[in-house]
Amino acid sequence: MTDYAIELSGVCKAYRFFDLQNVALRLQRGTIMGLIGPNGAGKSTTIRILMGLVYPDRGEVRVLGHRIPEEQVAAKWDIGFASDDMRLYDSMTLGWHINFMKSIFASWDDAYAQLLLKRFGLNAEQKIKGLSHGQRVKATLLLVFARRPKLLVLDEPTTGLDPVARHDILRELTGVMAEEGRSILFSSQNTQDVEQISDQITFIDRGRIIDSMDKEVYLDRWRRLRLEAPAGVELPALPGVIEIQQTGRLAIAIANAFEPQLPNAYENSGARVHAVENMTLEEIFVANVERSREQEVKA
Amino acid sequence: MFVISQSDSRPMYLQIMEQIKQRIAVGDWAAGQAIPSIRQLAVDIGVSVITVKRAYLELEREGVIVTRQGKGCFVASDADIGTRIREQELAQHLEQAARSAAMMGISQKSLEKRIRAVYDRVTDADKETV
Repeated sequence: MTDYAIELSGVCKAYRFFDLQNVALRLQRGTIMGLIGPNGAGKSTTIRILMGLVYPDRGEVRVLGHRIPEEQVAAKWDIGFASDDMRLYDSMTLGWHINFMKSIFASWDDAYAQLLLKRFGLNAEQKIKGLSHGQRVKATLLLVFARRPKLLVLDEPTTGLDPVARHDILRELTGVMAEEGRSILFSSQNTQDVEQISDQITFIDRGRIIDSMDKEVYLDRWRRLRLEAPAGVELPALPGVIEIQQTGRLAIAIANAFEPQLPNAYENSGARVHAVENMTLEEIFVANVERSREQEVKA
Repeated sequence: MFVISQSDSRPMYLQIMEQIKQRIAVGDWAAGQAIPSIRQLAVDIGVSVITVKRAYLELEREGVIVTRQGKGCFVASDADIGTRIREQELAQHLEQAARSAAMMGISQKSLEKRIRAVYDRVTDADKETV
């Protein structure tokens, strides 16, 4: 058994208007990874490749130690996968679906399924066609969670949900981590969700992985410095600072490789440091994408 | 009950650290007492394991909690741990005030004077409410 639930290396996939380029990522067993990126960045394509639903042109994919796509059947017994385009049978009840899953998966935990029905406020007697969007999402996740798979792969599990439903889903996801050795990869447009529950963050934009690392390390590298440059003082370009916005004497510097001596370096140049602020993942997200777009324009 | 607030601009690990310190300062978590494991607290709060791990590491560095190999995590066993935490808090506030004053070019003397005045005002107000 390897230490990684998911290992992608050198994965490429070319489409007519989109390329996935040299994607590499590793999800350590027992951890949660959040996959973030703008619309059309390649999150879903990456997920579909590791689920064996799309074959890469090049590169290696291993999930729970199995080579994908060759050994995907063996791998899938232990993977719980949910995405927006999964269909339940409209004319059947949720209870019918539960029994169906129970008949297939030996790992099915009926007590947990009953608990989730209550927690998610779902009714097993109800037909799928009568469910709201949020209820459908919750029903799909219930059917995946109650299998207690070793690996959960969730493509935007919280998109389109109200705050309470989102909160319920996030709770269940972090609850999964109570059992050691289980792993989760999920994509999201909601940076708040990713910031809250991920151990690892992978940032993807335009088919390339921009960053993939430990969340605490990642957040800690970014800072916003509020500076004052007195008359005659020019703010120097310092290493680790990717952007300076100045209006009059006040300036904001964004650092993506913050070091504790950075504020001193500004002070030494004659500037005043009013504040050194942490950035939320949302703010980092925007700064990162804007920067990568600017670099593209220059290149 | 731990609360992670989105309107709090500090990172989550700092919010968790502060709430653990509060529990110890008010005596809910007594000196030497066993505290939840990293994984357990992460599940209880609904945040990632790595965030709680970071909070615990920093608290350990500050001497507020100790980890004993194979036994788990505990509040530091010195009896005055609650006082020590409040001392640290006070030191931070004072440092902040001194920093702001220095940046504004306020002299040590006049800062002292202002602190004395604030102290008088606050303690007088306390006397009145008693």
